[in-house]
Amino acid sequence: MDEASAQGPINREEEKDDPLIIVKDLHKSYRRGAQKLTVLTGVNLSIPEAQYVVFIGPSGSGKTTLLNLIAGIDKPDKGKIIIAGVDISTLDESRLSKWRARHVGFIFQFYNLIPVLTAYENVELPLLLTHLSKKERKKHVLAALKVTGILDRAFHFPAQLSGGQQQRVAIARAIVTDPTIIVADEPTGDLDKDSAAQILDLLNYLNRELGKTIVMVTHDPRAAKRARKVYVLDKGILRDQYENDLSWT
Amino acid sequence: MKIPYQYSVRNLWNRKLTTVLTVSGMALVVFVFSAVLMLADGLKKTLVSTGSPDNALVLRRSSTSEVMSTIDRYQAGVIATQPEIALGEDGLPILAKELLVLITLNKRGTSKVANVTLRGVDANSWKLRPNVRLIIGRKFRKGANEIVVGKRIAERFEGCALGESIKFGQRRWLVVGIMDAGNTEFSSEVWGDVDQFMQAFRRPVYSGILFRLKSRELFTRVKKRLENDPRLTVIVKTETQYYKEQSELMERFIKIVGMVLTSIFSLGAVIGAMITMYSNVANRVVEIGTLRALGFGKTSVLTAFLLEALLLGLIGGLIGLTASSFLQTITVSTTNWKSFSEVAFRFTLTPRIALSGLAFAAIMGLAGGALPSIRAARLPIVEALHTWE
Ligand SMILES: Nc1ncnc2c1ncn2[C@@H]1O[C@H](COP(=O)(O)OP(=O)(O)OP(=O)(O)O)[C@@H](O)[C@H]1O
Ligand SMILES: [Mg+2]
Repeated sequence: MDEASAQGPINREEEKDDPLIIVKDLHKSYRRGAQKLTVLTGVNLSIPEAQYVVFIGPSGSGKTTLLNLIAGIDKPDKGKIIIAGVDISTLDESRLSKWRARHVGFIFQFYNLIPVLTAYENVELPLLLTHLSKKERKKHVLAALKVTGILDRAFHFPAQLSGGQQQRVAIARAIVTDPTIIVADEPTGDLDKDSAAQILDLLNYLNRELGKTIVMVTHDPRAAKRARKVYVLDKGILRDQYENDLSWT
Repeated sequence: MKIPYQYSVRNLWNRKLTTVLTVSGMALVVFVFSAVLMLADGLKKTLVSTGSPDNALVLRRSSTSEVMSTIDRYQAGVIATQPEIALGEDGLPILAKELLVLITLNKRGTSKVANVTLRGVDANSWKLRPNVRLIIGRKFRKGANEIVVGKRIAERFEGCALGESIKFGQRRWLVVGIMDAGNTEFSSEVWGDVDQFMQAFRRPVYSGILFRLKSRELFTRVKKRLENDPRLTVIVKTETQYYKEQSELMERFIKIVGMVLTSIFSLGAVIGAMITMYSNVANRVVEIGTLRALGFGKTSVLTAFLLEALLLGLIGGLIGLTASSFLQTITVSTTNWKSFSEVAFRFTLTPRIALSGLAFAAIMGLAGGALPSIRAARLPIVEALHTWE
């Protein structure tokens, strides 16, 4: 736990129980033609269960890259990503797919709903990768749509919904399998102020009332304020971290 | 569990125009494909059912059809004495010495002419071909200038209806009866007294000798004896075999031309499907990335897109087959290349052809969809999601 102690006193309490997410010395670069673009250069962090963290930082600092690596949709060049005791950087493609299906809920900036499927069917999608029966799936889908407050639009297609409503459907899809972590990349980036506020309320609710672990990337200072903990990325390293006072919410 | 099939179906439905265009291409190919097979099948059926396995046909050696064959009266006499020939109630062998002559007749309502087969027959000819039925009028009388014409000839040629007359061999012949032999070549023939035909055409020889076997097993024996007889230069075939050989050349030609045509068309249809599927993939890159992020594997994505391509093919196939099934209502005629006479036959859509058509359509769909689907499955997730810039 050298890295953890190197990151200062804030992490002390987290060490008590094993953190849910441990990132160790993470390196990532992309190849662009002949050029090599170094994005992450040795990131270390650990996130306990039921935490709500946000990555902020200038554009191009590697926030999305870090999030994608934690979510298991990209592979690091070097380093470890241990989530609930599993080093996902060692998993092969098909194991990683199965791991994502079980452990990660995704929320995207542009919702990424499947246009030809109804809200209900979109939320049901991740459940098709489980062993649940149709009846059990229905129970879960309806529950998720209810939590996100979009049950009345269950049989609408994405194009028939507003941005905020679509994001609610997407959040329902992200929580329906009760994943270990929820990752959200700019979840309010495409929304107007009011819809954004509602979505942030919903995320706070998920974290506080349902104990979901949320890892979010954002540009939006209002969104950053709603997380319990903020990591600041700059040029591929973690430059700063602080905790928000959430008593006002 | 896989990506639900509704995903593939609804995506096709959503992009109606491209779907319709692609499906039309497939449909056209399957239409041509099945039409060719139906044509070949219909022709074969007509020719093959013309013969009976109980009858043996004797032709001059090296002649491939009755029209080219000659057998003189002496040889005919030798053939008639074979013990394998069945005897009729009168105690005489059931054997017919026949003469085949091609004449040209005018088609009704046009200025076109076509070859028609004249068959000089004797009383046994009717017995040997029980599938030839007189439907109107009567049989010709021996020694008279009378003829009985096949139903299809009566319908399609001038002067061939009952009571009308046609001229050939410098005589005028009265149509006294119409015969129907179903889907066989006899429905496209004109029958008359063989002796009258020989006189009219000044032909001293027969074309072939047809006889009924006492039993089918005797065929090889009589064949061997006749073909080895030093007084004869003949070849012996069962009637069925003879007509089958007749159909083979044409069947093969139709199939070759048809398949060349189909291949060229299908190449177009496959490329069309490929373009459509590539654009379907390109339009849904983010969707693919999302599905993969949610945990659907490469195979699931591959399957969903292949299913889409398969559906394009199968829908096209069904439409093509439906269109070609209407061909069944048409009777077409063509020249039989072996005998150079007109044969009329129908397109028949058999279950086998329908299945081949569908299988062909499915293969075209899959062939067009293969590369695009592989591309879809191989997309790296982060690139598909395009999370940067
Ligand atoms: N798959 C990729 N291929 C090539 N380059 C990439 C890829 N993903 C990210 N990059 C590059 O890596 C750098 C960091 O990207 P990243 O998306 O992590 O930044 P970010 O902090 O999320 O920025 P933003 O705030 O603009 O979203 C950028 O320069 C980006 O162009
Ligand atoms: Mg980003």
